[in-house]
Amino acid sequence: MIPGKPSTFTYSVLPVLTVVAVLVVVWYAAAIKMNSTWTYDQAARAGTEPSFSEVVKDTMQQDRPLLPVPHQVAAELWDTTVEKKITSKRSMIYQGSITLKTTLWGFALGVVVGIAMAALIVLSRVGRLSLMPWAIISQTIPIVALAPIIVVLSNAIGAGSLLVPKAIIAAYLSFFPVMVSMIKGLTSPDHMQLDLLRTYGAKRSAVFWKLRVPASMPYFFASLKVSIAAAFVGAVVGELSTSAISGLGARMLIGSQFGEPMIMWAALFAAAILAAILIFTVGAIEKILRRAMGGQPV
Amino acid sequence: MTRVDTKFERIAYPVGFGLLVLLLWEVAVMVFGISPALLPPPSAIGAAIFGSLPILWGDWVQTVVKGALNGLWMGSFAGIAVALVIDRFAFLKRGLLPVANFFAALPIVGLAPIMVMWFGFDWHSKAAVVAIMVFFPMLVNTLGGLADTDTMQRDLMRTYAAGHVATLLKLRLPAALPFVFNGLKIAVTLALIGAIVAEYFGSPIRGMGFRITTEMGRLATDMVWAEITISALTGTALYGVVALIEKRVTFWHPSQRG
Amino acid sequence: MTSPVIDVSGVDLTFQTNDGPIHALKDVNLEINKGDFVSFIGPSGCGKTTLLRCIAGLETPTGGDLKVNGLSPEDARKARSYGYVFQAAGLYPWRTIGGNVKLPLEIMGFSKAEQAERVRKVLELVDLAGFEKKYPWQLSGGMQQRASIARALAFDADILLMDEPFGALDEIVRDHLNEQVLKLWARTEKTIAFVTHSIPEAVYLSTKIVVMSPRPGRITDIIDSPLPKDRPLNIRDSAEFIQIAHRVRDGLRAGHDE
Repeated sequence: MIPGKPSTFTYSVLPVLTVVAVLVVVWYAAAIKMNSTWTYDQAARAGTEPSFSEVVKDTMQQDRPLLPVPHQVAAELWDTTVEKKITSKRSMIYQGSITLKTTLWGFALGVVVGIAMAALIVLSRVGRLSLMPWAIISQTIPIVALAPIIVVLSNAIGAGSLLVPKAIIAAYLSFFPVMVSMIKGLTSPDHMQLDLLRTYGAKRSAVFWKLRVPASMPYFFASLKVSIAAAFVGAVVGELSTSAISGLGARMLIGSQFGEPMIMWAALFAAAILAAILIFTVGAIEKILRRAMGGQPV
Repeated sequence: MTRVDTKFERIAYPVGFGLLVLLLWEVAVMVFGISPALLPPPSAIGAAIFGSLPILWGDWVQTVVKGALNGLWMGSFAGIAVALVIDRFAFLKRGLLPVANFFAALPIVGLAPIMVMWFGFDWHSKAAVVAIMVFFPMLVNTLGGLADTDTMQRDLMRTYAAGHVATLLKLRLPAALPFVFNGLKIAVTLALIGAIVAEYFGSPIRGMGFRITTEMGRLATDMVWAEITISALTGTALYGVVALIEKRVTFWHPSQRG
Repeated sequence: MTSPVIDVSGVDLTFQTNDGPIHALKDVNLEINKGDFVSFIGPSGCGKTTLLRCIAGLETPTGGDLKVNGLSPEDARKARSYGYVFQAAGLYPWRTIGGNVKLPLEIMGFSKAEQAERVRKVLELVDLAGFEKKYPWQLSGGMQQRASIARALAFDADILLMDEPFGALDEIVRDHLNEQVLKLWARTEKTIAFVTHSIPEAVYLSTKIVVMSPRPGRITDIIDSPLPKDRPLNIRDSAEFIQIAHRVRDGLRAGHDE
């Protein structure tokens, strides 16, 4: 370590921890403030006058708080992950695995569609002129409006389960980053590199496979993290908008319908944790692949 | 691919492609005798739109104007404001950036049921969801933009002995604008998604999300498609407006000079 | 005898890097008098740019004493004692040429009328009258660099610090700009410190040539040029010119061979 230069811990980890700590404190304060209304109401009804410490204590242990405190959410998460059997409908791991499956199918579909569209747009002038504007427009359309129709149509085609429409919604959001990056990557070779292959008398297909595809790889890897995050958001949005009965999004729905805020919050945090795992994993894979290919920077 | 696209080609091809899809759709519905409850032909959707303009208008005002746009400006202002404040404290900035980046990747739309619980069925809860969804991409993009000046540009300001405010106004804010617009483009699409999803968790008896769920329940698919068409047009129009303002304001940026 | 405008005595600067300390400047002594045109020449890594940045107060020496106009570089910077021209023009793309030249004037709080007057005057000085309303990207590299010189001249500081201002330009444009700089110097009687890696440029422009050498960065020779103040381009074919160029080259080689 160089003297006078801060370590990684003080430079990057400590600030993050500080910000998280501040957020937790704000959260507690907000929870106490919001939940105390109910406490005072109850007390007024019972004709008692609670002390401040009693109020604070009560705000942290309500069954249906307006805003549960962090340790309540943590306890609920612990209860629904470690304590529950994985096969139980109340297990967040079970529910998470449903969302994960949707995400991965949507991601796979999105990557394939994204690459295919990019290839079409780069290789064909007509394809580029007709598809490119629609690809951009597709992302400005609120997919949630389409969700019920996607369910009905995929059922009519005989999909049988909700996995297909949910995966389609996830793919709808995740193909775009892949497509944009692949277009950038496939068109990244410069004139000199293209001219070199022309001096060899290379055919279009050779130019594509020997130059454009390898050149696009770093761009492709870079798009995966964005794409998996989009697929995950799509999976949850899909669950929310198709009235799904399983998955983390469905738990949020159920929590909302039965007025169980703890379920909603636990599902929300389970979703955040799963998202972190997904992004981290894809990031790690990206790093390994990138190193294996010689660490070409974008 | 050396040929330059003419303006005519750039419009004719996508429009032609769109019309072709509509035509195939119409023909397919007729030829295969698909039930209108399953997939109405474009002509029926068009008829539904023109037949129920007052309803669609009411839904549009409820969802887009009250829910989405209110949330959009609140979230955007908050995101930019927090970015400007945090930017002064390097320590907090290093801490907040990864956290905000992570939040921006989360399905924040999942907060919708909680917001409905907190703020009720009307547009306030929708605006709240939208504001939170929009906040993080705006924050991250603005912070990124404010940091997007090179050493030389900052040194130049130092040779003028320019203070924090002068550097911010003359250099860093203009340099950040392309990033802010990027954030805004993400934000407008998120805004519509948030406003519509939040209606699935409870709404007054109008709004695009409300209409989609109820009409779907009655198998009035043409009305659902009418709402989809309106939402698609709205999404594209909002994005177009942002892109247009961006072109006017950041005309100097290489990506806009083309 | 008046005191020198820039007085460098025993200046040392060591950077801490990942590969250990780098001795960027070692025991540098130099006096620059009013109206001098001083060039710093040497291979990359010899500390010529670092020395200029120290004079500008953009870098702080770790030892020795440095005075600009009798002030510390930091105070001189705050007193806006110098104009600085960077390697790249670094004009703000969102401002017109006129707007760019106006930038330091706005920061320093000149009146609107004064701003307009000064912009007109300095743009004329660098032969850019009539380009005030153009945007930087609409101009050639040489014109952009001339605009950046105008920007440095706008607030009429007595000292002009130039860090390889023409390094990125081709030789033909560079010759032309060298001629213009000399004219400018003659007309404005400023004190100029000029970093370059071109021997002809250094000899053609300077009244004093400072030859520097790397590892550690230090001065190996200071040559007072006997050339007259009025220098046509073809002076570069004169015996005197070639003789000085020889001495510079010898100085550079001596530093290299150690």
